[in-house]
Amino acid sequence: MKNFGPEAQEKLSAAKVLVVGAGGLGVPVLQYLNAMGIGTLGIVDHDRIELSNLHRQVLYDEGDIGKYKADVAGKKLSAQNSDTEIQVYRMEFKLKNAEALISDFDLVIDATDNFATRYLINDVCVLNGKPFVYGGLYGYEGQVSIFNYENGPSLRCLFPEMPGPDEVPDCNINGVLGVLPAIIGNFQALEAVKLITGIGELSSGKLMIYDGWNQRITKVGIKRVASHFNITELAGHYEEVSVESGITISPEEINKLMLSHRDLMIIDVRENREYNKFHLEGSLNVPLSRLNAELGQIPETEAVLVVCQSGIRSRKAVSILSELKIPIYELKGGINNYLYYADNR
Amino acid sequence: MEILLFGITRDIVGDHTLVWQGAKPESVGQLRKMLIERYPEFQSLSSLAIAVNSELTSEDHPVSDTDELALIPPVSGG
Repeated sequence: MKNFGPEAQEKLSAAKVLVVGAGGLGVPVLQYLNAMGIGTLGIVDHDRIELSNLHRQVLYDEGDIGKYKADVAGKKLSAQNSDTEIQVYRMEFKLKNAEALISDFDLVIDATDNFATRYLINDVCVLNGKPFVYGGLYGYEGQVSIFNYENGPSLRCLFPEMPGPDEVPDCNINGVLGVLPAIIGNFQALEAVKLITGIGELSSGKLMIYDGWNQRITKVGIKRVASHFNITELAGHYEEVSVESGITISPEEINKLMLSHRDLMIIDVRENREYNKFHLEGSLNVPLSRLNAELGQIPETEAVLVVCQSGIRSRKAVSILSELKIPIYELKGGINNYLYYADNR
Repeated sequence: MEILLFGITRDIVGDHTLVWQGAKPESVGQLRKMLIERYPEFQSLSSLAIAVNSELTSEDHPVSDTDELALIPPVSGG
């Protein structure tokens, strides 16, 4: 292949890559880097395989449910390419083991699903002078970049502070279309291959945003901010704080829920203009901003289903509504998810 | 002035783009303040990147009618 000869292949087989997370992003990254002949592949993951993972984590099958992702991935990748040295780390990537885990590797892939680990990967890579390929998902979108490579920027040059626990919902709350992590994970694998072999233009210094809704790619330049590289030790706290949650239900479960709670009240916490565009039949509109003040005016009921546009506001509403001391359900992925379900039924 | 929206900002505004009406912000920092006034949920985003003509810029960077703006929040999913 033009620009990619035996020399490039040699570089791949000499490379040592650590993939943190063997989920939606990690699976395609691992499968392609392994197939292409990366010499050493490390897999860090402490989760077990669940049924709800299978639509996007296509390395795993129904028989793997309940097993550890790192173990199953290691086994399947060895079967895919027996020449790769696969190193399985069935553990959480944490403050106490982060430096030891990355020490033997040249490149780290951030294929995690939470901010705490993403910021820990950033800081430990900056501290130890290792580049990492970043990838993240939200709804129908994904972000990709290379951070801490040569004189390029880091994750903190883009987003200085780690977001709080209830700022941005993750895929488990918000839902993700099965194919999207595969697209973003493959972009990450491509950047890793380019970085290792020295071909092409790297996305260091640029954030690539892929929008699956309209197949549009937006690139934004990121400048290196020197102060974000003054990390002398890992002193931050990288733990996720859990937020109060209701019982999440998917759109197809709404009818069942209405049958089991004849008196179910649906509260839509979006703004009036959003509610007026589309809302669930029989739902009551109380915007999140007024929910606290109007809590006393909500008619007595035996259970509440709270909905919003995407699932973030409903989560905040749950902590307010929990005062009612009745079962609170939240619609996973909000109206966006409901409309998607209705369109594809 | 048209602002491209990404991630959670789409959900907050309820659209993929925001056509800015009324009083115009003069800088990135001013736009940030005005966004919070119009959409209080922006207050809770601790790290919202704002790009002007496809580049992240400083808070005092001027913005004008002809600039292409984008709001880029962090994403956590994987």
